[in-house]
Amino acid sequence: MTGAPARLAARLAAAVRERAEFRDELTLVVSREDLLEALQAARAEGFVMLTDLTAVDRHPARPRFEVVYLLTALDPPARVRLKVRVEADDATVPSATGLWPGASWLEREVYDLFGIVFIGHPDLRRILLPDDWEGHPLRKDYPLVEEPVQFRGHTPKVPSQIIPRVPPGQ
Amino acid sequence: MAELTRETLVLNMGPQHPSTHGVLRLLLELEGEVIVGAHPVIGYLHTGFEKEMETRTYHQNIVFPPRIEYLATFIEEQAYVLAVEKLLGITAPPRAQTIRLILAELSRIASHLVYLGTAAIDLNVSSVFMYCFRDREQILDIFEMVSGQRMMHGYFRIGGLQWDLPEGFVPRVRAFLEELPRHLDEYEALLTDNLIWRRRTEGVAVLSADDALRYGCTGPVLRGSGVPYDVRKAFPYGGYDQYAFDIPVGRRGDAFDRYRVRMEEMRQSRRIVLQALDRLAPGPVMVDDPKVALPPRSELVRSMEAVIHHFKLVSEGIHPPPGEVYAAVESPRGEKGYYIVSDGSNRPVRVRVRSASFNNLQALPVMLYRGTVADVVVAIASIDIVLGDVDR
Repeated sequence: MTGAPARLAARLAAAVRERAEFRDELTLVVSREDLLEALQAARAEGFVMLTDLTAVDRHPARPRFEVVYLLTALDPPARVRLKVRVEADDATVPSATGLWPGASWLEREVYDLFGIVFIGHPDLRRILLPDDWEGHPLRKDYPLVEEPVQFRGHTPKVPSQIIPRVPPGQ
Repeated sequence: MAELTRETLVLNMGPQHPSTHGVLRLLLELEGEVIVGAHPVIGYLHTGFEKEMETRTYHQNIVFPPRIEYLATFIEEQAYVLAVEKLLGITAPPRAQTIRLILAELSRIASHLVYLGTAAIDLNVSSVFMYCFRDREQILDIFEMVSGQRMMHGYFRIGGLQWDLPEGFVPRVRAFLEELPRHLDEYEALLTDNLIWRRRTEGVAVLSADDALRYGCTGPVLRGSGVPYDVRKAFPYGGYDQYAFDIPVGRRGDAFDRYRVRMEEMRQSRRIVLQALDRLAPGPVMVDDPKVALPPRSELVRSMEAVIHHFKLVSEGIHPPPGEVYAAVESPRGEKGYYIVSDGSNRPVRVRVRSASFNNLQALPVMLYRGTVADVVVAIASIDIVLGDVDR
């Protein structure tokens, strides 16, 4: 790991809680208090583009949610991933809209599908689902309902159960 | 939404409006004829692909990507299989990579032809619309010849391709590419120096380079504003670093520059395909890894081991190592990336589709500010959104 990602990791050394390298991709986990400073430091280091902002539900692991920021530097090209971990009962993250206005819709999408609230977002509403939708579909405990087959004489088997989930190490 | 006062009028545009290129709804705030606010409303085509992908195995998920960005299906499939291959730490054989590249670049030409046709018919140039679809039809015929499908191919596999190219593929592609420059010149003759086209697109929907970066725009929208960022050059994938091609860049970031950038990209794609056809060497099109690729049919009658591998792959799928990867490709609309989190089981924990149209559409209010209602159509066409890509 060289270049801008390594420089950023060195610069954020105090804030980084965890550091992972997998397939030449650098992932830095920072705490929620340091997030905005870390993003600012990344932008100063040349990562001018917020390519993606998303979340992962790690249920049943704790802390439950990871908010993932993927940053891209254009010249020379480099990528780095920053992460924040939050608990389900305290799912709030400071908003990055002050740094990148383009984060606005991405944060609305994460709020819509995960229920993570972004503090300081100018207009946090649902974006993909109707305003009166209940629940947050990308959470792992959201019930998955599939359409029943409309004729008799077959054993009901929903598409997602045709190949069952096989946990690792089996 | 500001209150409806005597000064501003709220005008609803869409989701059935023919020039919104899909189910996009725009709330426009008008002062007279000048737009002072635009609020895109999306989600009418939200299908829940990301949730759906968590409930299926990696192989089963191959059917979803082409349904997300349905105008450039091969590029979308390439993005997904590259992400899974990166997760597994394998690379497809050289012949498979070259074939992927040829089909992806043809997809790019096909997608830009749709852009050109729809942008033209939005300004009532219906002849160009028909010519573009005539050319796209030829590309779709080539795709049908390869994969048996015109749109939702499912031809790429994790680790390679479904099968090798059919007989007569190369001459047919060459014949099409022979014709293409003449057609492109014809469209340029009809549009580029056309006074109406110039007046309607020059200086309309201007997006500065700084704004484009802050809103996370990629693709022709960003390059039209003058930032030479292309995933094929910046983060080469699938062997693009071995091909000679240029990145067209605009200057002013208006609709006309984006049109010029896309026209040039079609010519560059043709250049890449011609080089790739010359380098197409015989060889396998699937990795030789029994944990990933299905064994050939002839092996199944001879070796018990092959039968076991086959059974495991069909009844369970592949088990990638735990970890997370992001792989991006350059789609006709910008950077299309797949972020996959794996926990080592046969299903992904999370698949995130980073779609270019979603971010590009965010910049629409910036482009429309102080424009007129007539410019809205031009602006939407110049972003070249695909609503399946926006809503996923």
